[in-house]
Amino acid sequence: MARVLVYAEARDGELRPVASEAVTAGGDLAEQLGGSVDVFLLGPPGMAQRAADLGRYGADRIFVAEDPAFSSYAADAGVRFCEYLVGREAYDAVIFPASAQGKDLAPRTAARLDRGLATEVVSVGVDGGRPVATRPMFAGKAVATVAFAELPALISVRPNVFRPRERPADGSVQVVEIASEPAAQRVTGIETGDREALDVSEANIVVSGGRGMKDPENWSVLEDLVEALGDDATLGASRAVVDAGWRPHSEQVGQTGKVVSPSLYFAVGISGAIQHLAGMRTAKTIVAINRDADAPIFSVADYGLVGDLFEVVPALAAELRRVRAGG
Amino acid sequence: MGIDPSGVKYVMNPFDEIALEEAIRLKEEAGDGLVTVLSVGPEESKEILRTALAMGADEAVLLASPESADGLVIARALAEEIGGREYDLILFGKQAIDDDNMQVPAMVAELMGLPCASVVVELQIEGRHVVAHREIEGGHEIVEFDLPAVVGAQKGLNEPRYPSLKGIMAAKKKPLDVKEIGFTEPKVRIVALQEPPSRAGGEIVGQGPEAVPELVRRLRDRALV
Repeated sequence: MARVLVYAEARDGELRPVASEAVTAGGDLAEQLGGSVDVFLLGPPGMAQRAADLGRYGADRIFVAEDPAFSSYAADAGVRFCEYLVGREAYDAVIFPASAQGKDLAPRTAARLDRGLATEVVSVGVDGGRPVATRPMFAGKAVATVAFAELPALISVRPNVFRPRERPADGSVQVVEIASEPAAQRVTGIETGDREALDVSEANIVVSGGRGMKDPENWSVLEDLVEALGDDATLGASRAVVDAGWRPHSEQVGQTGKVVSPSLYFAVGISGAIQHLAGMRTAKTIVAINRDADAPIFSVADYGLVGDLFEVVPALAAELRRVRAGG
Repeated sequence: MGIDPSGVKYVMNPFDEIALEEAIRLKEEAGDGLVTVLSVGPEESKEILRTALAMGADEAVLLASPESADGLVIARALAEEIGGREYDLILFGKQAIDDDNMQVPAMVAELMGLPCASVVVELQIEGRHVVAHREIEGGHEIVEFDLPAVVGAQKGLNEPRYPSLKGIMAAKKKPLDVKEIGFTEPKVRIVALQEPPSRAGGEIVGQGPEAVPELVRRLRDRALV
């Protein structure tokens, strides 16, 4: 029977949202292959209990390595863990999230196992009984279908694309001994901003500002809209305003920034250069607010609103608050 | 669908510019050192290596192969070349911006048994010890390790310089070797290339703040807000 192995990401002993997404992607593939999903993860003592939840999304067996050092990302141990599991049982595919951790762990594991890797995958399938994956290339101008010479196929899935789907399975947890040493590098700390903002690549709603914002001081207008939209909204930015030093690099959406696939994307004062579109064209719904009716962003936006953003955005925040209050 | 590469002008990957800038700065600060630029690719890449030399690299090597490659194949070719040299730090751009694979730096580290920090926005090196700030969701992760090591450069690490006229002149005298190499078999293969699903965009809901209630109504209809 076909088996798919999934890396479930945890930080500080908590599963991250991409964990259930990766398990869902694994479930999608296992369903097509006619097989089951195993999950592996690392975390501090107590992680095993919290990991059991992944059974809801289709995890048949959940292998957990516990060590105080696994509170933060442990690259060396992660590779060893995967190598151990793949050496013990035949897997058709190993799925990682294309998150900061996964983007580091997946290629390391591919090199260790001497297997091919497809990154930033947006859908998985089966061709001739073997896994295939599709991924955007060339700034989103093409979508490639990738096949693998040998199994397991290694795949990293783009965050926010595989929405967690309930697919109840056994979810039996087994603790596996994986040593934290040797480790060539160590995570010695994590720095977060003033408030632990939701990352633009993982937020469900993104409000991005561009040059039309005119001045970094004006971002309070967008911050207010984010607040009105709720806890799963965050700020993004175009390259122009990041290069101008108005906003941090971590917020940049686009070809040389982050690729985002939120449910809802607001492009505010962004004209819509191809490099920006590369970063957000896979959003489920796009809203554009721009004073220039000819701006290219309107050609990809599901809903366009032509007007002065300094009038439209506050009105939008107020209307959202009004309808929410009214139920 | 396929890609016709004829007539394409090759430019340096912006993340590679950042990696190279960091290498040149480290050499300048140390007052000593050798910056070697390596590339794997077609003959046309020589032009880019010449730019790298003009920016301040000391020597350049192109590993030229007409065959196609995947991330692991490129990583192997690089690891083999680097393994035959003396080095303290291997810098990469965090990812290419054509195929966006983002695989090679971590693969080279793994193949060479070296520590690695990918997506680095801040780098401090004291003696042989490295403290790197790696970008993660919602913040930075501080990663520590010893040289030799692999680092993937992310925007924010530095502001790359433009080659000076003096640099461009000097580059003409710097060594640029082309080594013909054979690739190992790729492990992944593109079996189809399609245009992305087009977006059925283009609807203008209205003009100015008067159109806001209509916009909100539509978003609520689709349970988006």
